[in-house]
Amino acid sequence: MRRFEFLIEWGLAGCALLSIGTTVSIIAVLAIETFAFLREVPVADFLFGTEWTPLFANPSFGVLPLVAGTVLVSAIAMLVALPMGLLSAVYLSEYASPRLRRIVKPVLEILAGVPTVVYGYFALLFITPFLQSFVPGMRTFNALGPGIVMGIMILPLVSSLSEDAMQSVPQGLREGSYALGATRMQTSLRVVVPGAFSGITAAFILAVSRAVGETMIVAIAAGQQPNLTANPLEPIETMTAYIVQISLGDTPQGTLEYRTIFAVGTLLFIGTFGLNLASAWLRERYREEYA
Amino acid sequence: MSEPAGSATSSHTAWRRRADVAFQALALLILLLALAALGALIWDVLADGTGRLSWDFLTSFSSRRAERAGIWHALTGSIFVIALTAAIAVPIGIGTAIHLEEYGSRNLVSRIIEINITNLASVPSIIYGLLGLGLFVRTLGMGRSVLAGASTLALLVLPVVILSTREALRAVPGSLREGSYALGATKWQTIWHQVLPVALPGILTGFILALSRAIGETAPLITIGAVTFVSFAPDSIWSPFTVLPIQVFDWVRRPQPEFHDNAAAGIVVLLGLLLSMNAAAIWLRDRFQTRGLR
Repeated sequence: MRRFEFLIEWGLAGCALLSIGTTVSIIAVLAIETFAFLREVPVADFLFGTEWTPLFANPSFGVLPLVAGTVLVSAIAMLVALPMGLLSAVYLSEYASPRLRRIVKPVLEILAGVPTVVYGYFALLFITPFLQSFVPGMRTFNALGPGIVMGIMILPLVSSLSEDAMQSVPQGLREGSYALGATRMQTSLRVVVPGAFSGITAAFILAVSRAVGETMIVAIAAGQQPNLTANPLEPIETMTAYIVQISLGDTPQGTLEYRTIFAVGTLLFIGTFGLNLASAWLRERYREEYA
Repeated sequence: MSEPAGSATSSHTAWRRRADVAFQALALLILLLALAALGALIWDVLADGTGRLSWDFLTSFSSRRAERAGIWHALTGSIFVIALTAAIAVPIGIGTAIHLEEYGSRNLVSRIIEINITNLASVPSIIYGLLGLGLFVRTLGMGRSVLAGASTLALLVLPVVILSTREALRAVPGSLREGSYALGATKWQTIWHQVLPVALPGILTGFILALSRAIGETAPLITIGAVTFVSFAPDSIWSPFTVLPIQVFDWVRRPQPEFHDNAAAGIVVLLGLLLSMNAAAIWLRDRFQTRGLR
């Protein structure tokens, strides 16, 4: 009997250790291939080169165009998701009746649960043609359409995490503000939002991390042209879309071209990991503020 | 506020009140806009896709001719992969959650495991694809098979399963465990006969939500090399495969509008699958909540 209990306990501990194993494997897989890649391409050429043409006869491995594409689309997404998500959160937290909140929140959750390939379809075949009808010079593949759609996808994340942060602002602060004669708008904008600031920042950073790692929307609707531009109407390529492009093609495994996806993946992993850590640290902080 | 009395204050008050109403209207408008986007998305897909939806579409294989192409291979691939994902992720996820909730002493190792799981939950899915490619497809020699795909997705959804199972275990009252111990039950007997049955609806809810995330995943499966054009249904864990989202992706990328309609029809089927899974999760959650109240 005791032996059985002992086996169970160790079995469960083994399950738990598997999650550590996952992280270690991610780092190992990325590191091994990236080092192999960097043996042939100098780090400085990779990080600071402005031309990304790994499949050309005379290849060039400057990752900046991919980084620029990723930043451009993510910035557009955040321009949509941050104000909209924040205003939705203020409305749900400070104005909406509990009944309305119970109806609206699950619907917003649906937005977050739609598969990203569906959003890609929506960006390419609905939003982009719609924008083209009044934005001159907009190409079929561009950064603007997928950026906006990505913003809509991320909005529920911003909204629900910001609302959580606002809910954790003590009721007494609101009552104090009302007692001084402030309106709900003044209370929301000058007491609740500043009070929830670190939580809202945490939500924002997590949303950026989501946008940077998002793949299918950009793989479908943003194009496959590494393009060092800030023009949102031009086709671009993001880091994630590049990984998809190579995975779909018939580049033989073990070649330098093939290793590029791991090098790009490493950059993506480091970037999102840093953002996630920053976000977790900020969330920890606002929990302490009102503990 | 210590402002001088008189008409200046009352007009200021009126202004503030108008600003408040305007702000509320703006916020509500934004919220409605977000909901309208969801409406537009669903309307768009239904308008393009329902025309192609038929029994033949569900039961035909992929084809180079848009009007003859179907999703049978992708649908069976999706179901096969998801079933295998569940078979791998669920026992490991529940085991981890039990370890952390019931056995976890608050030591350094548990703390590291917890932080690690939270972190894994926000790693981009395409990174899991690279992991699957390096680990399952190549190092472990699984090839581009159903098994490699399911293993990759299992690692991807594991954090979701663990987090929701922990929530469910935490909701089980401690008195239940103490009662069981008082009757002489061992720790595992208590967990197996008392705690798990009570936590089951909560565990199932989280587990369905995790699988509904897995069924929509595209990028990691493309990265491990799931093929975009197959003309057969997978028949073993070693066969090559494709899944519904990849088939949709393949059709969206083609220039001909007929294939776009196929993609829309595929999306309708995918959303239908997701909707029924979520409905099941909500039904379970409601059951769970009424039980908690008793």
